[in-house]
Amino acid sequence: MTLGIDVQGLTVRYGDVTAIDDLSVSLAGGKIYGLLGRNGSGKTTLMSSIAAFMRVEHGQVLVGGQQPYENPAITEQVYLIRESGDFADQESVRGQLRRTKRFRPQWDGEFAERLLELFQVPDRRTVSRLSRGQRSALGITLGLAARAPVTMLDESYLGMDAPTRYAFYDILLEDYMQHPRTFIISTHLIEEVSRLFEEVVILDRGRLIAHEETETLRMKGAAVTGPASVVERFTDGMTVLSERRLGGTKSVTVLGEMGERQRDVAQAHGLELEPVGLQDLFVHLTKEGPA
Amino acid sequence: MFDERSPIYHQIAEAIKNDILSGELQAEDQVMSTNQYAAHFRINPATAAKGFQQLVDEGVLYKKRGIGMFVSPGARAALLEQRRQRFFADVVEPMVAEARVIGIPLDDVVERITAMKGSENV
Repeated sequence: MTLGIDVQGLTVRYGDVTAIDDLSVSLAGGKIYGLLGRNGSGKTTLMSSIAAFMRVEHGQVLVGGQQPYENPAITEQVYLIRESGDFADQESVRGQLRRTKRFRPQWDGEFAERLLELFQVPDRRTVSRLSRGQRSALGITLGLAARAPVTMLDESYLGMDAPTRYAFYDILLEDYMQHPRTFIISTHLIEEVSRLFEEVVILDRGRLIAHEETETLRMKGAAVTGPASVVERFTDGMTVLSERRLGGTKSVTVLGEMGERQRDVAQAHGLELEPVGLQDLFVHLTKEGPA
Repeated sequence: MFDERSPIYHQIAEAIKNDILSGELQAEDQVMSTNQYAAHFRINPATAAKGFQQLVDEGVLYKKRGIGMFVSPGARAALLEQRRQRFFADVVEPMVAEARVIGIPLDDVVERITAMKGSENV
């Protein structure tokens, strides 16, 4: 079973801070989404609204066509793993597994055991005595073994070292292919994980600034480099994300896919066209204002 | 394996075409499944599927329902023909343009090619 998510005109304020600002986004079920944004861009607030951690006061959030807030039929299908893990710190790892199993109808105990072993989480240890990496791994274990039709990982694997993260990416893909479901994964490690995402959603200051297939978005930026006057003429009318100048040479990063005709024109004028990459594109799209 | 210069599904399609041209994949050979491919290269399966679909659309691969995807009988010949057609535009013309820019007389280029032809074992 896969569940889609529909957010319409969502606004969330904490006091006089607007965390989500009139956001509308529709996510079809059964895909892996990357949710990107700088700190404070509203990623966690959006996921918390979908997970019914808070009541929606302005706008609407629907999961599988239903409001999730105080709706157990939906909340047992939606699982948000936050970076903290939301564990009962005095409980053992095993106790934590038992507790999660009770609330998760699709729980797979054997898979949970396999994950604990893969990530080398000591299963009798008290949660408060786990290392940061082990806490992350426990969160991931619970999140994957629950097999919730909507699974959201909010920076859940930040505490893991690189080899463990790669093991996680492999097991995530394997399990997703065997049990297709909706994943929303927020991350700062864009280069490392973007290939796992079918689509990418970018938030900036509570607003949606991009929602595209990852490969489409990846091709959207181009850096144009050459003699300043030629570059200026070539990029006239394009959406310029940034400019840099060194002597008579100018490099301009523009948004928009370069067609074959534009490539030919660039080549004929001796301009260099280079792809920007998703991470740089993200930086350019979200760079204004303080962190 | 992949770079940022073109969409990954395009690069997947190119890699399989190269395997067919080099003979690593023969006519009627079964190719990896989308899921195997996705797991192996750690990419989203929908992205991998797009690459395979492109090859099916071009007639390079064909599907056997419930079994998998296979190299079409005429794939290699068709790909060779395409590459041959592109050879002069993609390889020879840029080479001549570069030779002009850096001041290598075309006669020198021809001479070198003729010398290489002499050492060819055909």
